[in-house]
Amino acid sequence: MLFTSYEFVGFLLLLLIVYYLIPKKYQWQFLLAAGYVFYFMAGAYCLLYIIVTTVTIYLLACKIENLRIEQEDFLKENKAVLSKEEKKLFKNGIKRKQWRALLIGLFCNLGILAVVKYTNFAIYNVNMALYLFGSGKQLGFFDIALPMGISFYTFQALGYMIDVYRGAVKAERNPFRFALFVSFFPQLVQGPISRFDDLRKTLYQEHPFDIKTVSFGLQRILWGFFKKLVIADRILVGVNEIVQNPESYGGAYVFVGMLFYALELYADFTGGIDITIGVAQTLGITVIENFNRPYFSKSIKEYWRRWHITMGTWFTDYIFYPISVCKPMLQFSKFSREHFGEVIGKRMPVYVSSFAVWLATGIWHGASWNFVVWGLGNWALIMLSQELAPLYRKFHEGVDGLVNRHAERKFVLENTGYYRFFQIIRTIFLMSCLRSFDCYRDVPLTFRMLGTMFRDKNWHILWDGSLLTLGLTGIDYAVLSGGLFLLIFVSLLQRSGSIRERIAKKPYPVRFAVWFLLFLTVLLMGAYGIGYDASQFIYNQF
Amino acid sequence: MEMRKIVKIVLSAAFIIGSLFLLQSLLVPKYMSEVVEGRLIAEYYGEEKDHDVIFIGDCEVYENFSPKVLWENYGINSYIRGSAQQLIWQSYYLLEDTLRYETPDAIVFNILAMQYNQPQKEAYNRMTLEGMKWSVSKVNAIRASMTRDEKFLDYVFPLLRYHARWSKLEKEDVEYLFRTEKMSHNGYYMRVDVKPAENVPEGKILADYRFGENAYAYLDKMTALCKEKGIQLILVKAPSLYPYWYDEWEAQMEDYAEKNGLLYVNFLELMKETGLDFSKDTYDAGLHLNLSGAEKISAYFGEILRNEAGIKDRRGEEKLKAQWKEKIMFYEKEKERLYLEEKERKKT
Repeated sequence: MLFTSYEFVGFLLLLLIVYYLIPKKYQWQFLLAAGYVFYFMAGAYCLLYIIVTTVTIYLLACKIENLRIEQEDFLKENKAVLSKEEKKLFKNGIKRKQWRALLIGLFCNLGILAVVKYTNFAIYNVNMALYLFGSGKQLGFFDIALPMGISFYTFQALGYMIDVYRGAVKAERNPFRFALFVSFFPQLVQGPISRFDDLRKTLYQEHPFDIKTVSFGLQRILWGFFKKLVIADRILVGVNEIVQNPESYGGAYVFVGMLFYALELYADFTGGIDITIGVAQTLGITVIENFNRPYFSKSIKEYWRRWHITMGTWFTDYIFYPISVCKPMLQFSKFSREHFGEVIGKRMPVYVSSFAVWLATGIWHGASWNFVVWGLGNWALIMLSQELAPLYRKFHEGVDGLVNRHAERKFVLENTGYYRFFQIIRTIFLMSCLRSFDCYRDVPLTFRMLGTMFRDKNWHILWDGSLLTLGLTGIDYAVLSGGLFLLIFVSLLQRSGSIRERIAKKPYPVRFAVWFLLFLTVLLMGAYGIGYDASQFIYNQF
Repeated sequence: MEMRKIVKIVLSAAFIIGSLFLLQSLLVPKYMSEVVEGRLIAEYYGEEKDHDVIFIGDCEVYENFSPKVLWENYGINSYIRGSAQQLIWQSYYLLEDTLRYETPDAIVFNILAMQYNQPQKEAYNRMTLEGMKWSVSKVNAIRASMTRDEKFLDYVFPLLRYHARWSKLEKEDVEYLFRTEKMSHNGYYMRVDVKPAENVPEGKILADYRFGENAYAYLDKMTALCKEKGIQLILVKAPSLYPYWYDEWEAQMEDYAEKNGLLYVNFLELMKETGLDFSKDTYDAGLHLNLSGAEKISAYFGEILRNEAGIKDRRGEEKLKAQWKEKIMFYEKEKERLYLEEKERKKT
């Protein structure tokens, strides 16, 4: 059930009516049932996967916590009789058991994810290897349907189990409450990857009907619809035309395709998250934000702090830090310092840990070499910019000094608006180049197409009407320009607080006009229905 | 709730509903200057419902039969509920719909639609279904006709389907926002231009010549409904030269008519008798008849309706006479206008 389908709108309306009519103490149970219905409608087989994840993580998290309680009780009871050594021995025994439980949970659930998502990728690589070694044998691919949002709920559940293991959160003892955490339906489509501690604050509460909360939720949903239907699904036609016909669209077209895709992906993903957060809000539940105006970032590192925030923090907390402080890494750090000196040796663990994070990020995004290269490309650029930082500093000092010799006021290049604008554009360009790996068929083709951008001299297509041959009409460009302007305008306004709050303070006719106009824009200019391809949310496939 | 709040909610809701209604009226196609076939089904509801014969079917009925000739020559008061590529389940539900208003003596069904066993094209569905008034029959017709991409809700709220037409609006969309004009002559769509049939293509070889189960099921339903209501069902195959009418199809229809005791007339076999001349009686090289062709066919078919189906002459009825006087005036005026236009067109 697509968020932008009639079925979902009907499902949500019915859900809201029942949710606020039933006794409040049953609201969360009702949400659990609704989540399973929602998931069932995506395919009955999906339910099996989510139930396996729920049951295994629930049992193992309880087991991990039971072991901790057992340890605490035992130590408390035998405080007087146990020596320090005996206590340590007992603690280690418990730790080992907890570690085993954690490993089982990770193995089971990452195993499921690996099988459904990566089996065919593995077969593809085996076939390539067979081919390269001259073997005529090729393995057949499996027809495995990817359950909706499996990466999101698996990571969310695993994060919870690791937090329980670390003692950061208490295990949820009610299996149904835990099941709701895993299957909270707005998040099932494309995240965000919530933390148990964040979500539980409002997930199990009783929520009386509050007109302001529900209205704000609906307004957020409408804004998400605008992004998805008016912008993302409209520009999708142009993106597909360019990337699916690389032999016809090289040079400046690649540049155009990159920018189109940057806009499409932003509108698609943030639009989906707006709908998710909006739906949760109509139910009185707070879901964590996943974006913070990422296209205003001045560096790739900053961009990743503002784009898909919950995924970034997940990888940082559950991959980067554990790898950085694990025993082999500490040994490696020591080895590096001894052999490469203090400066490089100190950085080596960071390089290796972030390499692992970006490799995992790439693979998480998709089962293909394109995503692996995309992930490692991000890693390379971030590391490069870190390493070049002293060089930049020198350059800035040089420029500042040169200008200050003649200027009356102290000049700092980095503080000028022009330079900040340049940084933003540079980040967008670099991120767009990297995202090309997401679009083209394979890695060599992506490199080739990026190459044509610098080689082919066909920039005239930007103004000679050639862009009208991409399946987008003048009207489409007008709508997209208006949509882009509105996105930028809203992003700028957001810097000084919630726009919905601000609109809510206006007189009723103004409020009404704003939301009704947005509704009409979605209704009339949305790319939905026959004649438009009903496009899945891009992140749905992850 | 305070009174002020209630007033605010009511006014807002009224404004929203009013705006959406206005937008919907503006955006739905008007089918006035182009693709006028889209208007045909809706025109029936403005009629006096006292017909002796109702034609149902695809373009082979609304282009090939002239109710005016049937009235003038035989005193038969008929109406055509035809639409482009009308599928047999649509014909059946249109029959059901018609019987909500009147019970004619005979139903004439053009059997070309038997070739389709599955929903075909959304555009044609729309032209048939949008004109129908809401009823259980319309709901069933929509459900039976929808192609894979179609949604029922788009029929309930056509604004959802035509939302993107704002960039293609034309003068007629404003002109006919709240009004309409009669485009047909009791469902007959008049064309006077001529394009002779020269190289009529042979039919392609088919893998299977049997009509589909679904098509037969609806034909059975149509037969049963007519029997139940005491209406004669007459099957016809209009004289259009293509889509090609295969001998195997003909055999199946002859067999069906015989088994069910139905009158079946295949005009393709009556070229001589009807006097049709495909060098001047068709406007699109044999696919459809023009006015002269339709009038010839109607004159011939009137005989059959009178002699074999026993449809009575009602030219003596004053009320009907008055109605038809007006209709004939409109018919003749339109005929004159079209011939004049055609003459001008030929000049240029």
